[in-house]
This record gives sequence, structure tokens and C-alpha cells, in this order.
Amino acid sequence: MTDKLDNLETAAHPENLRRVAIDPVSRVEGHGKVTLLLDENDRVHQVRLHIVEFRGFEKFVQGRPYWEAPVMVQRLCGICPVSHHIAASKAMDMIVGATLTPTAEKVRRLMHYGQILQSHALHFFHLCAPDLMFGFDSDVAKRNIVGIAAAYPEIAKQGVLLRKFGQEVIRVTAGKRIHGTGSIPGGVNKNVSIEERDYLLKDIEQIVTWSRESVGIAKQLFEQNLDLYTNFGRFKSHTLNLVRADGALDLYHGGLRARGMNGDTLFDHYDYSHYWDVIFEDVKPWSYMKFPFLRSLGPEAGWYRVGPLSRVTQCDFIPTPLAETQRKAFMAFNGGSAAGATLGFHWARMIEMLHAAEVIRDLLHDPDMQGTDLVNIGERQERGVGVIEAPRGTLIHHYKVDEHDQIVRCNLIVSTTHNNQAMNEAIRQVARQYIDGRKMTEGLLNHIEVAIRAFDPCLSCATHALGKMPLEVELLDVDGARVDVLTRSSDGVFS
Amino acid sequence: MSDTFQLDGAAVPFEAGQTVMQAALAAGHYIPHLCYHPEFKPHGSCKLCTVKVNGRTAASCTMPAEAGLNVESDIEEMNSLRRTLVQMLFAEGNHFCPSCEKSGNCMLQALGYDLEVRTAGFRHMYPDRPLDASHPDILLDFNRCILCELCVRASSEVDGKNVFGLSGRGITKQLIVNAASGLLKDTDIALKDKAMQVCPVGVILPKRVGFSIPIGKRRYDQRPISAQALDDAPRQADASGSCDVCEGTP
Repeated sequence: MTDKLDNLETAAHPENLRRVAIDPVSRVEGHGKVTLLLDENDRVHQVRLHIVEFRGFEKFVQGRPYWEAPVMVQRLCGICPVSHHIAASKAMDMIVGATLTPTAEKVRRLMHYGQILQSHALHFFHLCAPDLMFGFDSDVAKRNIVGIAAAYPEIAKQGVLLRKFGQEVIRVTAGKRIHGTGSIPGGVNKNVSIEERDYLLKDIEQIVTWSRESVGIAKQLFEQNLDLYTNFGRFKSHTLNLVRADGALDLYHGGLRARGMNGDTLFDHYDYSHYWDVIFEDVKPWSYMKFPFLRSLGPEAGWYRVGPLSRVTQCDFIPTPLAETQRKAFMAFNGGSAAGATLGFHWARMIEMLHAAEVIRDLLHDPDMQGTDLVNIGERQERGVGVIEAPRGTLIHHYKVDEHDQIVRCNLIVSTTHNNQAMNEAIRQVARQYIDGRKMTEGLLNHIEVAIRAFDPCLSCATHALGKMPLEVELLDVDGARVDVLTRSSDGVFS
Repeated sequence: MSDTFQLDGAAVPFEAGQTVMQAALAAGHYIPHLCYHPEFKPHGSCKLCTVKVNGRTAASCTMPAEAGLNVESDIEEMNSLRRTLVQMLFAEGNHFCPSCEKSGNCMLQALGYDLEVRTAGFRHMYPDRPLDASHPDILLDFNRCILCELCVRASSEVDGKNVFGLSGRGITKQLIVNAASGLLKDTDIALKDKAMQVCPVGVILPKRVGFSIPIGKRRYDQRPISAQALDDAPRQADASGSCDVCEGTP
């Protein structure tokens, strides 16, 4: 590796370099692009992941009544709105001085783990399985969920039904599959009735079984492609995640744990209501997405990784038996090599999906779910911080509310934002490994996207553009031949 | 035996002094409306209840019932005009149903669904209307006001307080608060006031209620506004003068 490949964030002399853009990055939530600057010998000089959307929820929530926030801010996203719904609710719990009743916390947990289940299933089966099952540079025409359904119908069906079940859990607890209203400041607005519980219980054992098989698929991919899966886009980074007081994996609540790239603990069980003392955000001129860093290490060295890989590798244990068994196997695999691999995200994600299925099963059997004590309000506060582990990683919501109950300030640090520098590092590694000095092909460029997809980024959510997702609609005849096509570009122009 | 008029081909009985709207609702026939409320003098401003009477258009809430009238309401010509009116109301204010706590309990939204308003139809005007959150227990979100004057009438005629009024003309007409400061905190409005119960949209809201009614339990979740006419016609008062429909769904 040459010296110039040590840092691909900024090219020393960008003039006269050839620019290659992956625009848009496909099979991710939201809209982003990757640019590579290459010289005449196809040597890579700069690689950047750009997030070209701008949302602005932090601004237009200002002036709104605080009880509106959990419903309004979840419109950031259609994939994991529950994450924002609950993070904002937790912040508003602080605003209203609430201590949640057992029923309220458990109904919220059920909603959240339903969200984890559906989002992880969507990501693994719909968005990433085409790369993983067919190969990164396989026929692009088949490298999609329809291709998976044709080649592996049983796996595709399981993916669809796993997601459906998670969505049903959300519907039961939040009122709607997408953008419900179940979580409110100080609690929830409904419990889970006996009928609703039994409706979900009739399928839960199948869901647990399919989730366990999904972990097996992820593991098998590593076993069959050990060198590729272990080394693809591999890099070392610090980590950040919530853990329960006893060190267990907990995706709903806990203290912040940060570990250095060599496993040293930087802080542990840190009260997230003062997150700004340990985390700060840097800004770069070429992206709408901020770059958070650990204050103690500074903006250059303090970037870190969040999400399933951090959570599963940094927790002390997973408090459900099937997922814990799988965690141990993951950590021990090939001397621990999967635990530091970028593609290890997928395996860890499936372990979390199994954990979510087990948690859902346990909660459904809990009589507190039918409790009627739903809201508990205490002494009003001015500031509220809510943090959860969303499907993609740590999610921070922070609000200040005035004496008239209006939000005057809002800061959101979402999972994908935490992973910003880590994703850039991953694609730079891939550029070094696969692109540098070679003739560019679609398959090679897809390697970059495979690295980004491992993080399950939600790019729209991370930047806080309204409705500019590029879209292509094809009209096919019965033989699959294209009859017509309509394309909408990222600037909204149809052709 | 009372006299009758024809409404969409059905004979509707009426008492002397009743309007077409009053007689229709009493007989279980729904005519879309927003500013009409059985406890208050007809206002005739929203025009949603416009019907054809012997071939000419008239607001059914102000049109006196007469024997032998031929009233046409549920016909495409009238419903098309109603859709346009609803679209204009949506375009004039800032009606963001996805994050509005009145969703599911809002008459404007319910009418939009019932009349099958599928598009905005007009360019949104996005008016700048700051909230009045000054009162400790009551929030005013002027963004959603449709100028029906129900709160003005309730505060004046029932509460005896004159908390609300309309100011300005034409497109600049707006709901105002009767206080030197212009703020609700400087009025004598109270949570139990009739003015708190009659807003058909999400302007006058008790604070900290928000989304406490789950989806599925809200007023218009189960049945469309039109289907509720027969057994609990919106804003139909019972014999004692109280309005069960309004209570609990402010």
C-alpha cells in the first residue's frame, strides 16, 4: 500500500483527477452518493460518502407543543419511525418528570423490539441478501429482492413474513404499522389486549425459529467465504452503545459505553442525559451529515462505530438464551475475526433479530401487558434527553421546552450520523482493496455500496430533502421485456 | 301530521321554524357541514351544506324548510363543489394531519375522507400564524382555523365571555383573542367553557392531552362522518341541551 492510500478523505491535488460517482447509492434508506477521484492510472486519491439530502426537523419542531414531538419527528423516516417515536417520548418523559409504569415501559419495549425485528429483516433480506447470496459483482439485473425470490423463494418468503410480523407488533402497540401514536409523554396510550396478545402469540414460535435460521445463514456466509467476509472493508474503530446496568444488551434503555479500538473502556454506564460532555459533533464542508466524535479523543481520532456490531461485541451478555448462544459462537468464530469485520454487521444484526424475537415472546407472556396504569406524570422539567439503541445504532433526542410548553431547541444525533466517519473509513478500505489501480466496472463499484449497506444506513434520517428519492419505473410485458420506462432523477426531473 | 319536503327523493318531515338542515338531521339524513351546530344560530359561512333547492343553490343550515321543496344534496354536482371547498380550506391554512393531535377527531379531516378529497387541488398558502401558548392550560394553534366562528358564538352566547372574535377582511381575516395583549392568558376562558368544546378542527386545544386517545378509538376511526348521522349526528344536541358528541373529544 502506498503512502497516498493512508488517507483518502482529501486529495492533495484534486485538479486533473477523474471523478467517478456512485449516485445514488442503491438499496439503502434515503439518498447519498459516493465520489472517487482517480488519476490516469486508475489510482485512487480520494473517496467520500456524501449525504445530499437535507431535512431540517430540528428547526421546524421549534415552537410546537412538546407532546407533539414524538409523533412529528418520527416522520423523519418510514423504516424505523418507532425509534424516533420512542426516543422523543423518552426525552418527553424527562420533560414531564415521569417514572414509567411497568405496563407503559413494557408496551414501549414491545413496540421497539417489533421495530428491531422488522427493520433488521428488511435490511438483511430485502436490501443486502442480493449481494450476499449472489456475489458482490453478480449480474446486476438479478441482484435485487426479486432475484432472491426467484432463486431462493423460501428465504425470501421468510424475510417478508419476519418483517410483516414486526410490523404487526408495531401496529398492535402503536395503532398503525407506520407512524403510529402509541408512545406519549409519560407512558403509552394503550395496552395490549388479550385478543391482540393471542393474535401475535400464534406466530411467535415460527418467528423465533426463522430468526434462528437467519443467524445460521449469516454464519454460513462467513464459513463459505472466510477470507472475503473477514477482511472486506475491515478497519479498527472505537465503539459506542447503550448497555444495561449489569452489562447486558438492552436496546431500549441503559448507560453509554464507549470502548477504544483495542478494547479499552473509555467510559461506561455513562448517564446519557449529559451526553454532550462525552460526545460532540464536527462539521465538514462536503456533507450535510455531521461527524460526531468522543470529546476525550478529539475530532480527528475520536470517531467511532455504533449499531449491531458494536452492541453485540461490546455487551457482556445477551439476556435471552438463544441469542446469547449465538453471540458466544460469533465472538469465538475463527479466533474472533468476525467480531471486527465490516460484514460482521450482518451476522450481529441477525443475532439481534433473534434476540428481538425472544424478547417479544417473553413480553407477550407478561401479564403487565394487560395493565391499565398507562401514564405517570411528575414534576415538569425544562430539558429532556432520550436515548435508545435504534436498529442502526445509538439514537439521541434532546429537547428544551419553555414555560409555555413549546419546544425551543432540538438536537438529534441519529445512528447513521454516529457511523458517518466509520462508513467513510469502510469505503476507503474497500477502495484500497478492490478499486485502486484497476479498470472500473459496475461490479467493483458495487463493492463500495456493499460496505455502506453493511451499516444499514438511513441517509434521509441522518441529515435532517424532502421527497427527492430517485426512482425508475419499468413497464414489462408478460415475457419480462421492457415496454416503457419512466425515470425521476434526484433533482425531480422526469424523463 | 307535519309537512314534508323532498330530500334526494325522500320525504323529510319538519316543524314550523326549522331549517332544511335541522329537519334533515332530525330525520337522520346527513348533509355535510362544518360551521353548523344545533345549539347555535345558523351561520352559513362554510357553505359545505350547500344544496340545490328547486334548482337553485342555498345553504341548508339557513334555508327555512317549506312544504313541497325539492332539495338535492347527495348529488355529484354538490359533492364536487364541496370537495373544492374542502380543498380550499386545506390550502388556506397549515393543516398537517400527520402530526396533528386532532387527527381522527377532526371534522375537516373526516369530511375530506368522506368526500374523497384525494389531492390538494390548490397551491398551499402556508400562512405564518404563530401559536398562542400563553395560557397555562389551553393552546391556540391558529394554523388550523377555518373561521367557522363556532368558538366566537359559543363564548358569546353560552359562556357569556366574548373571548374570541374575527378581525380583518377577505383573505386576511383571522381569529383573534379579546384581550389588550392579544394573548389568551389575559382572558377569562376556562377549560369547561363551551368555547373549548366546539372547535371542529384543531385550533382550541386543552394542553397536555395530545395523542392520549389511541388510533382506533378516535371519533372517526371506525365509521365515516356521514355514517354517524343516524345515531349520533355530529353536534346534534339532546333534549337537555348538552352535546354528548362534543364532550371528551375537544
